[in-house]
Amino acid sequence: MRVIGGLIQALAVALVLALTLGTLAAVAWRAEEAPRLGPAEWAAIRFTLIQAALSAVLSVALAVPVARALARRSFPGRSVLVTLLGAPFILPTIVAVLGLLAVFGRNGLLSVLLVLLGLEPVQIYGLHGVVLAHVFFNLPLATRLILQGWLAIPAERFRLAASLGMGPGEVTRVLEWPMLRSVVPGCLLVIFLICTTSFAVALALGGGPRGTTVELAIYQAFRFEFDLGKAALLSLIQFGICAVAALAAWRVALPGGFGGGLDRVVERWGIGSFWLRAQDAAVVVLAAAFLLVPLGLIVARGVPGIGSLGAPVFAATGRSLAVALLSALLTLVLGLALAELAQRRRGRYAAWVEALAALSIAVSPLVIGTGLFILIFRLTDPVALALPITAVVNALMSLPFAYRAMAPSLAEIETVYGRLGDSLGMRGWARLRYLVLPRLARPMGFAAGLAAALSMGDLGVIALFADPDRVTLPMQLYALMSGYRMEEAAAAALLLLLCSLGLFWVFDRGGRLRAGA
Amino acid sequence: MRYSIIATALFAFAQPALAQDKPVLTVYAPDYFGSEWGPGPAIEEGFEARCDCDLEYSIGALLPRLLLEGEDTKADIVIGFNTDVTKRARETWLFAPHGQDNASLDLPIEWTDDIFLPFNWGHTAFVYDTDRVENPPKSFAELLERDDLKIVIQDPRTSASGLALLLWVKAVFGDEAGAAWKELDDSILTVTKGWSESYGMFTDGEADMVLSYTTSPAYHLIAEDDPTVKAAIFPEGHYFMTELVAQVKGTGQPDLAQAFMDYILTEEFQSTIPTANWSLPAKMPEAGLPDGFDTLDMPEKALFYDENEADALREPALAEWLEALS
Repeated sequence: MRVIGGLIQALAVALVLALTLGTLAAVAWRAEEAPRLGPAEWAAIRFTLIQAALSAVLSVALAVPVARALARRSFPGRSVLVTLLGAPFILPTIVAVLGLLAVFGRNGLLSVLLVLLGLEPVQIYGLHGVVLAHVFFNLPLATRLILQGWLAIPAERFRLAASLGMGPGEVTRVLEWPMLRSVVPGCLLVIFLICTTSFAVALALGGGPRGTTVELAIYQAFRFEFDLGKAALLSLIQFGICAVAALAAWRVALPGGFGGGLDRVVERWGIGSFWLRAQDAAVVVLAAAFLLVPLGLIVARGVPGIGSLGAPVFAATGRSLAVALLSALLTLVLGLALAELAQRRRGRYAAWVEALAALSIAVSPLVIGTGLFILIFRLTDPVALALPITAVVNALMSLPFAYRAMAPSLAEIETVYGRLGDSLGMRGWARLRYLVLPRLARPMGFAAGLAAALSMGDLGVIALFADPDRVTLPMQLYALMSGYRMEEAAAAALLLLLCSLGLFWVFDRGGRLRAGA
Repeated sequence: MRYSIIATALFAFAQPALAQDKPVLTVYAPDYFGSEWGPGPAIEEGFEARCDCDLEYSIGALLPRLLLEGEDTKADIVIGFNTDVTKRARETWLFAPHGQDNASLDLPIEWTDDIFLPFNWGHTAFVYDTDRVENPPKSFAELLERDDLKIVIQDPRTSASGLALLLWVKAVFGDEAGAAWKELDDSILTVTKGWSESYGMFTDGEADMVLSYTTSPAYHLIAEDDPTVKAAIFPEGHYFMTELVAQVKGTGQPDLAQAFMDYILTEEFQSTIPTANWSLPAKMPEAGLPDGFDTLDMPEKALFYDENEADALREPALAEWLEALS
């Protein structure tokens, strides 16, 4: 068993390395001339860093009060809200942009409202628009990751704090602050990295070439200039940004160390004051409105066309579901393998595993797709493998979030129960089955749900090479738009949203049910 | 449950294990082309009825894939090139002459290329909705002066239509193109990666006008029975856009590939173009255009740079654009 476990870990590391650095090397190898970076590229790098940093800080800063309110309050609809929070993150960018513009655009709800009140309409295009869109995408993710941290504080600690007569302020300092110190840096990191690879959203809401990111420059180098050297160099710069950010986050993060508990439902004391309740209610209502109104408009746009969707869209939906499930499974295996590896080897080595797990966000799907194509087209037909390749690449894209969700919990489990497990001689499968998996069920469910949903909505590498008889739902959505069928495209977007949310809900709920058992 | 998931996955990925005795013609096409809502299926059906072969599309990025595959390409035919990549594609020396009579084409410009054959065409145009824009600009110069209209365009660095706009502005304003972009900047709501995002923003009412094609109104008129979508026609002229097809020199199916090239300009192929591709046929069918197309507003003058001129203009024009809009 130990041998098999080690083998899986080695394979996971090899796969991640091959798909990230390997594909990049393949692209660089096919480059014809030494690349040159002009002022336009440097401007793109600057803009990328600024918008990603702002987006990450704002998303996390807003997520902390939302997560705290969700962690310490229960109200009807709370679990539905927590599920719906996953939705913005998994929307295809084009759908999300149109949804956001329906609220914040020139003729959006908000502008209409402001004009009715005699005020100026909102001007959304610019850096603030880019940041707004990225907060829309990532606030929910940040909220979920931080909520995960809150729920991981054992109930016994809050009980003890209450019996010691601690008020909300002291609970924050003694329990919540250390938890945030351990969770927030990783959370900032992932969101920063997601935003560095943003492209279509940044351009559309940035209001023009001011919103140029590195990823756009990579796309331009690939699709329009076919300058592989420049594409590889720009990708390397993205890697560099990622590596620096990952190491910085690792240095700042501190392990929580709350000690063991009995996995009880958290009960809270001393938070019943009117002021605190009103504050939490306001936070939840505002966040929900910010996230759910655009979603509601996406649903409203999609409903009229839903009857006109034909068999090709449903067939594509089936294929996308299959890709999503495979991708979720693979994400769990990869995430668990790497988290286990980082746990086993502490110190500097663990930081490298951490960086490896974050690496895949920094690689442009275009680089992975092109690199894979270069590596395999002489051996086999990449088009025939388009769907499995999509599933693997999607798993890689979800790995950083899955790792983020699982690694802290795994570390906690090993710190708290590890010695007990050792003394009982629990090893290999038994340890995984009886000690680790039951306690990891909640983050695993979340990770699998996220991976499945993300894969469902990803256009990904399949846009580079595909068989028209085996396309995915996001591809059909784009094809409908190209054929002017905007109403059907909106309906396909709704279908995609429902499938993604459905997958997320099933896995996430599955995880939570097991955790409660 | 676990097994059914795996079974579903395997089922979805399984290759159709049909015995294929017929020769296969592999056609590389852009992704929109092969979909149910593109021209691909009608062309496949029409050609298969006469060739006793199996036409298979492989969709995705055309030129990057060809450049990577080189001589080993699996393509017999490549369809859907834009004129902005033909120079690069020609220099691969992968393509053979099309063998069709260029003089028989019905294009607004003279076509002399013996490798890349146009199969449809149109012009770039700013499209608007008459319900929302009652007083459309009557010339490009007027569009620059107007400050009451918000337009959405595509990025010339990521989209063929965006690049066509760049060349259009260059053709109309010449050395003054940079200044023209500066004037237009106030009217540009935003720039998108591709045409779909822009058009979505237009149909959602976010933008007053969208960079699209002179033939776009035909879709709304014919498929949706909606006569309110129009293209603003400018006397300065509109940029000519065409999509091209070529056959691969090293194909294992030279006869089939040639038969496909011979099929392009036939009555049958060309008459599917208007309503399957929402553009104009490269060679006018005997029966003319479908009802509705004749009512479209068309410019009198087509502007066009050949691939060498366009290649020389691209970088300086892009620099001008970036400078004016940043």
